Amino acid sequence: MNIVVLVKQVPDTAAERTLSEADHTLDREGADLVLDEINERAAEEALVLKATLGAEISVVSMGPDSALDAIRKVLAMGADRGIHICDDRLQGSDAVTTARVLAAAVRTVADVDLVLAGNATTDGQAGVVPAVVADLLGVPQLTHIRELTVDAGRVRAERETENGEVTLDAPLPALVSVTEKINEPRYPSFKGIMAAKKKPVETVDLDDLFPDADDADFLVTRTRVVEAVPRPARAAGIRVTDDGSAGRQLVDYLIAQRLL
Amino acid sequence: MPDVLVLVDHDGEHVHKSTYELLAVARWLGDPAAVVVGSPGTAARLKDPLARHGATCVYSAESAEADEFLVTPAVDALELAVREASPAAVLVSATTDGKEVAGRLAARLDAGLLIDAVDLDSSGEVTQIVFGGSCTVRSQVTHGFPVIAVRPGSVEPEEHPVEAAERELALPPVDPAASARITARRLALAGDRPELTEASVVVSGGRGVAGADGFKVVEELADALGGAVGASRAAVDAGYYPHRFQVGQTGASVSPQLYIALGISGAIQHLAGMQTSKTIVAVNKDPEAPILALADYGVVGDLFAVAPQLAEEVTARRLGS
Repeated sequence: MNIVVLVKQVPDTAAERTLSEADHTLDREGADLVLDEINERAAEEALVLKATLGAEISVVSMGPDSALDAIRKVLAMGADRGIHICDDRLQGSDAVTTARVLAAAVRTVADVDLVLAGNATTDGQAGVVPAVVADLLGVPQLTHIRELTVDAGRVRAERETENGEVTLDAPLPALVSVTEKINEPRYPSFKGIMAAKKKPVETVDLDDLFPDADDADFLVTRTRVVEAVPRPARAAGIRVTDDGSAGRQLVDYLIAQRLL
Repeated sequence: MPDVLVLVDHDGEHVHKSTYELLAVARWLGDPAAVVVGSPGTAARLKDPLARHGATCVYSAESAEADEFLVTPAVDALELAVREASPAAVLVSATTDGKEVAGRLAARLDAGLLIDAVDLDSSGEVTQIVFGGSCTVRSQVTHGFPVIAVRPGSVEPEEHPVEAAERELALPPVDPAASARITARRLALAGDRPELTEASVVVSGGRGVAGADGFKVVEELADALGGAVGASRAAVDAGYYPHRFQVGQTGASVSPQLYIALGISGAIQHLAGMQTSKTIVAVNKDPEAPILALADYGVVGDLFAVAPQLAEEVTARRLGS
């Protein structure tokens, strides 16, 4: 089977993130960029399927030159080939454009059975891109999945959200986004890292993906940030050490704050 | 006044509070029109409470299979409603499902998508809080109409009784090759506690609660305060509490009036999901716990001593008053 894994390079969540003053997009210059952790789990799930069912795994990432590092990492884990969507015109893309571009890249892979992604990136957090890619590809979405079974042309999955749990069933081809509960991703071996250097990575731009599109009409975003201001960090307020009466003192505080 | 479409969150019998919040927001922008997607008869059951909260029109998008497929029936229904009403905006709750519906709708209609709004003004300009609460952003739509996912709990619902017109939308049959079928549900037990994302008080437990049994202390305090129970990722991963109660980057984002963190150290991923709470109280044995650095009221102490005392005192004061 053919599996496409969608991955994204993001600023390390452990580091501070800022918006550029010029256009209020994420300032990537100052950030440590890493393969988003959740994508490693999507890749791991693809590799498990490759081991059990046999599969060719393509890794797709959209981003500047540095995104190649994210692709290489997944190749080092054991994926077979990469597609790097690299085009300056995509800077500042909204979720709709991002999904359109990713869907177009998925379509360049022949006979895709399964698209795997993380449920939400740590920089955007909206968690909408996988669902939109499914819509554009016209395949079922099985998103926020903690358990996945692929068998006899069907996919069965356990979805877990704030509304509870559901079991989903759909025919292939399908799109699955995974949560951090799905598995523990493997570390690339030294052998894997060396092998990844020889694996093919195709670089494509918008003209490759949308040969018929009129460049002037290509919308990168349908929204605009009017203003971005850092929020004052929350400062510590009252601090007490429990002397046996902290619970009672707290009630007085809550009443004073009109919270009771 | 143009229509503003609101996707109704419901359980078949009751409208969720987050929908009343959306109806209140919708009135700032135009005439609220509620879109009910569900099995036959649902819209009729929900019409009165929707009208009481300002819905001037209730669209009913009903079919026997509407509840059996994930997300796509709601996207189809809203797409139909948009074509019928040419709305000024579409509002959904920024839940996991709601955000996915919003994204798919925006892509189909080439509309502008604004996710996780905590406020918006009459021109449709939206306020969002990004990067785990470290930055406030105001955004507007520059192409197409706005599809806005509003974070539950961000605005107060209001009663605003109106007469609601009824309209039917002919929901197309679901294409099983393009939609995932829901074959089993294990719904969150409603119980007597408010929904996590809707509660004005949330009491959350972390690894410091030290076990599933320890969560009784969290639950008892939540019940004394009439609040919801939450859990950190560490507590969920350790199996102390179910995932649907997880607060943080990979769980629910909450913004209650009062957030009480018991035995939660305050990993950045957790802070991302609760930092917009109006008042934060933290109880932790470790004086170095990061959450104490941003708590409005921090207690260095044993949660098993502090929380029961607080619960007891709250109950006593309530009975006394």
